[in-house]
Amino acid sequence: MRTTRVFTAVAAAGLLALTGCGDGGGATGGSGPGGIKPPKIDKLASLGAGEGQVNIVAWAGYVENGSTDPKVDWVTGFEKETGCKVNVKVAGTSDEMVTLMKTGDYDVVSASGDASLRLIYGGEVAPVNTDLVANYKDVFDGLKLKQWNSVDGVAYGIPHGRGANVLMYRTDKVTPAPTSWSAVFDPNSPYKGKVTAYDSPIYLADAALYLMKHQPELGIKNPYALDDKQFAAAVDLLKKQNELIGEYWSDYTKEVQAFKSGNSVVGTAWQVIVNLAKADGAPVEAVLPSEGATGWSDTWMISAKAKHPNCGYLWMNHIIDPAANGAVAEWFGEAPANKLACDKTADKNHCTTFHAADEAYFDQVWFWSTPVEQCLDGRTDVKCKDYAAWTQAWTTIKG
Amino acid sequence: MTALSTVDRPAGDDTIAARGPVRRLSSWLHRHRGARLAGLLSAPLLWLLVAYLGSLAVLFVSALWTVNSFTGDLVRQPTFANFRTILTEEVYRTVTLRSLGVAAAVTVIDVLIALPMAFFMAKVASPRSRRLLVIAILTPLWASYLVKAYAWRVMLANDGPVDWLFGGAGNGPGYGLLATVLVLSYLWLPYMILPIYAGLERLPDSLLEASADLGARGGRTVRSVVLPMIVPSVIAGSIFTFSLSLGDYITVQIVGGKTQLIGNLVYANIGAANNLPFSAALATIPVLIMVGYLVAVRRSGALEEL
Repeated sequence: MRTTRVFTAVAAAGLLALTGCGDGGGATGGSGPGGIKPPKIDKLASLGAGEGQVNIVAWAGYVENGSTDPKVDWVTGFEKETGCKVNVKVAGTSDEMVTLMKTGDYDVVSASGDASLRLIYGGEVAPVNTDLVANYKDVFDGLKLKQWNSVDGVAYGIPHGRGANVLMYRTDKVTPAPTSWSAVFDPNSPYKGKVTAYDSPIYLADAALYLMKHQPELGIKNPYALDDKQFAAAVDLLKKQNELIGEYWSDYTKEVQAFKSGNSVVGTAWQVIVNLAKADGAPVEAVLPSEGATGWSDTWMISAKAKHPNCGYLWMNHIIDPAANGAVAEWFGEAPANKLACDKTADKNHCTTFHAADEAYFDQVWFWSTPVEQCLDGRTDVKCKDYAAWTQAWTTIKG
Repeated sequence: MTALSTVDRPAGDDTIAARGPVRRLSSWLHRHRGARLAGLLSAPLLWLLVAYLGSLAVLFVSALWTVNSFTGDLVRQPTFANFRTILTEEVYRTVTLRSLGVAAAVTVIDVLIALPMAFFMAKVASPRSRRLLVIAILTPLWASYLVKAYAWRVMLANDGPVDWLFGGAGNGPGYGLLATVLVLSYLWLPYMILPIYAGLERLPDSLLEASADLGARGGRTVRSVVLPMIVPSVIAGSIFTFSLSLGDYITVQIVGGKTQLIGNLVYANIGAANNLPFSAALATIPVLIMVGYLVAVRRSGALEEL
């Protein structure tokens, strides 16, 4: 079996070399970057009975069954009600999510904007029949059919919620409390060796956002659309930041432990990490710095090769159910997608605190998206650095 | 392996089944020596060819492919772009040299610790305590690698036990390159002690006595008698420590702070960037280094010590 596959692969390689055609070129006239079109995949026409289980790739804190905190549980009820057993795989970065979805072993994924389009154009996810998701009608209009969750008016997912990456710090070690990202970028930072940063190429956008506010002469309009000069400036800033870094994190448990022991005292984090660190007894707080922040707007997507599509749809409907969506939004520290969820949160001010309906606020938050050659800010006279360049630069930055 | 079981069947076992096809096959195999050998060796050889050399071949072939940067799909067009990137970008040279440095440092530290330890076990300790010492050295191998690495993460943490040893929070090595070398040395030490111990056990006591009779002191005996005889054992141990350190990426992730080694780059390109071809190209670096190392030590006779 294995030999055959290897042989086929080698033969295919030879054949492609002969014909001189690859996957890279291809059709033009599509709406995607470089004019590519998403592969034609049919959406589910009608909902059948559950298959007994569903395999989910999610961010930490999105699928909680009470094992982290007995009070935090929106999975057990779903399992009882639908008979779909939930198997969850927590991913640390968007790249990891794309890789996991490519295996075809998972039915549903909570994709951020820097993964969703890659999944759509890669043919990994299917369009979603929103008529089969009863709670979809209560989703904020500001989240429906957006550039990161739809193509040409076809919905590819169910919005989950949105939020900003915050600056977490140890209240006993970092005084005065930071109000700007310069706490992690200033070369003269007193916290040298105790700064942490997110270990993913997408973190380049955080540097670009900082430059956007502090070096306006670079003319950065969108931190995900960087031409050669702007890109070089961002890489340079991160290389200087590398001197300050104690360790990079992508595993949230490692960050919680590092802040608890004091190995890290300041750095970028998610609200859920702040909550976990606090629950663990670490004296930490978090702020949204004055420059604004990068953030995420996540989408539940269903795999094109889903083995349990019905349970997948049931899950997508459940996670934006007012009660569940409110619970996950509170636990993770983000704005829910469902309008009605705001009435269900334990903290009645949650939606106000996280600006759930405040579109003006989210205009200041730069949602993760995939950098491509065609500049996302609309410039046509220059070429922007694509994600492959970001990935290679990230290795160089870490040295 | 029907052939084996039939051959092993006791001669007096004259059941009806044994007179049947099995017995006939057995006698046929007895007459045809070549077929017997083929039957015995084809399975392990197939495994060697397909699973071992086959996967290496796939590694090299896939290193020539690339990945569509947006969708992450494989582009099966042979190109040397990956190797060109590795050779021209300075960061890969730095990381390779750093990995080599870590592997070499771990090997040297392990040799320095293992030599006196193994000598004590083989030549000084009583037979009873010798057995206990071997058990003591093997015991850590029963514990999970991850458990040991995370235990070191706690020990090396800010204000942790290692910091106390150095007199207060922040005085210890913390997380970083030094911590990586330290933990890897700890993890691979048994693999160095055991071959040296085996080599020393084979060293006749009479040689040490003769050296002493001829007036050599301890140091001279070690230099002129013991060391030359156990060089192959040391090299055998170093193959373990060196290759294990060269490929490691978990320890460095746990205690290495922001340090990157070759293993991390390979892992990052598979796990995070989904760039399997580039990972394959990177993975050929340690393969080449190890092939060079093995060729260099082949003459020392160390390979017979493994």
